Amino acid sequence: MRWLFEPGLFANGSVRTALVLGALVAVVSAVVGIFTVLRGQSFAGHALTDVATAGGAAASLAVVSPLFGFIGAGVLGAGAMDAIGVQRVKDRDVATGVVLGAATGLSALFLYLITLSTSTTGSTQSILFGSVFSVEPSTLPDAAVLGLLVLAGLTFIRRPLLMSSISPELAGARGIRVRWVGLGFMVMLAVAVGLSAIVIGSILSTALLIGPPASTLKVASRLSRAVALAGVLGVFATWLGVILAYDSYYWFASRRGLPVSFFVVVLVMLEFVIASAYTRWRRVHVATLRRAPREEDGRS
Amino acid sequence: MVGSDLLRVRDVDVSIAGRMILNDVNFRIEHGEFTGLIGSNGAGKTTLLRVILGLQNVVRGEVLVHGQPMTRSNKSVGYVPQKVLFEPDLPVRVRDFVALGVDGDRFGFARRSKATNETVDEMLEAVEASAFSTRKIGSLSGGEQQRVLIAHALVSRPELLLLDEPLANLDPGSAQEIIELLHSVVTNQQVALLLSSHEMNPLLPVMDRVIYAANGRIASGTTDEVVRPDVLSALYGHHVDVVRVHGRVLVVAGDHEHGGSNLADHPDLVIE
Repeated sequence: MRWLFEPGLFANGSVRTALVLGALVAVVSAVVGIFTVLRGQSFAGHALTDVATAGGAAASLAVVSPLFGFIGAGVLGAGAMDAIGVQRVKDRDVATGVVLGAATGLSALFLYLITLSTSTTGSTQSILFGSVFSVEPSTLPDAAVLGLLVLAGLTFIRRPLLMSSISPELAGARGIRVRWVGLGFMVMLAVAVGLSAIVIGSILSTALLIGPPASTLKVASRLSRAVALAGVLGVFATWLGVILAYDSYYWFASRRGLPVSFFVVVLVMLEFVIASAYTRWRRVHVATLRRAPREEDGRS
Repeated sequence: MVGSDLLRVRDVDVSIAGRMILNDVNFRIEHGEFTGLIGSNGAGKTTLLRVILGLQNVVRGEVLVHGQPMTRSNKSVGYVPQKVLFEPDLPVRVRDFVALGVDGDRFGFARRSKATNETVDEMLEAVEASAFSTRKIGSLSGGEQQRVLIAHALVSRPELLLLDEPLANLDPGSAQEIIELLHSVVTNQQVALLLSSHEMNPLLPVMDRVIYAANGRIASGTTDEVVRPDVLSALYGHHVDVVRVHGRVLVVAGDHEHGGSNLADHPDLVIE
């Protein structure tokens, strides 16, 4: 009998760590991602992944955990974007672009230095595209604390954040310090990107951050449901991605598995395509249902 | 309460990027008054509302609410902005958006209280929006969204409601419905209202007071006191005629013989 997945999957310590870490990261990314999409800050999220790349590469050179490099650089990047200007959409784009350019330059430098160093073999691959199977279990508590802090922080500021996401002008008129709320959110976004980078790599971390929330926002009518559904979609893509990556080791005679990040990104993309198709079908279906009674009235 | 000053704007000058937008603005609003802030585009209406809200710094002057300087967190003043773009994907139902009018500025972990939900229901009923309270706000028509924005502003029980061009982009039928709704709000809930508009005629039946803005200056009083050729000519700095036809008021630029300027030179002068 051929198993759906090769036996011994859950007995493997690396897989267990990957599943736990993947679920944590998927949930944090989903919650932060909903607000990122609502605020139109997907570009900022992408820029922070490049900042995280520079941080992860620097940490790798310094032989420090890349997690702290990802997050430390991300928080600095978020602060830089705010300092340059985030009040108007145009300023925000310019600030994001400036930070992104600088971060990419630093990444190029640090990744080049890594290739010169014999002690950091494979780091470039794991920084850019992740290597969740090689994450030490000792990273889990740090990641859990950071993830829970982000979730608690977002819960704490959710109402003023939603108000300022819907209309900064209306929020300002109600006495909300829109800029401080925005800066707080950017810091949480940086941490979420950093956490995501250790699972699917810094370059691809926007996939988990933007994909499940974007799919969810097409179908959900309430914020709480959007957050919950985005979390479910994110965890599903991450877990199935981990399982498929593990299983892919047995797919080819060369016994070389495919990367987790590839499967996660493909699954996230599939979710988005399905959500888009469902939304289109529902729109047509509802329009047809609305038209039917009118035609019935016309005949009678 | 009628007769006491709810809002007083005193000697306000505002300059933005070196250009004087408001010059020596003075007026007051009393409890339960319906006041129209009338002026053409660029007359400084939105700037004046932002000054009252504390969102715009002044070069000189002050804004007093109940005799005290206005602060940004003052819950006595509600606000409906000119335009809020609600994306169709925004996962916020009408009732949830109205509830943000109560607790949208609150940080914390607490869930929304039952009392808040009851207040929201009352307000949705008051603006006749109960029928679509569970729909996504981005799926509503412009007139329906305007009702929801008004409910959002009123739900925290302000004493003064500022509305920035709430009739813009509405068809005449929807605009009339909004005016009737606002008039009933002023009457039933004793809320004073300051509504900016570049159209004066739809508001004539309901306005207690008009604030007419032009060239960064204002004239304030009843319609009969303000909408007169001598007052508006002084405001615009050249001759202006006021024509009353079938209960409507037309404000048009005067001709050269009266010391006024050509209409073609000042197309913005045709207010109605």
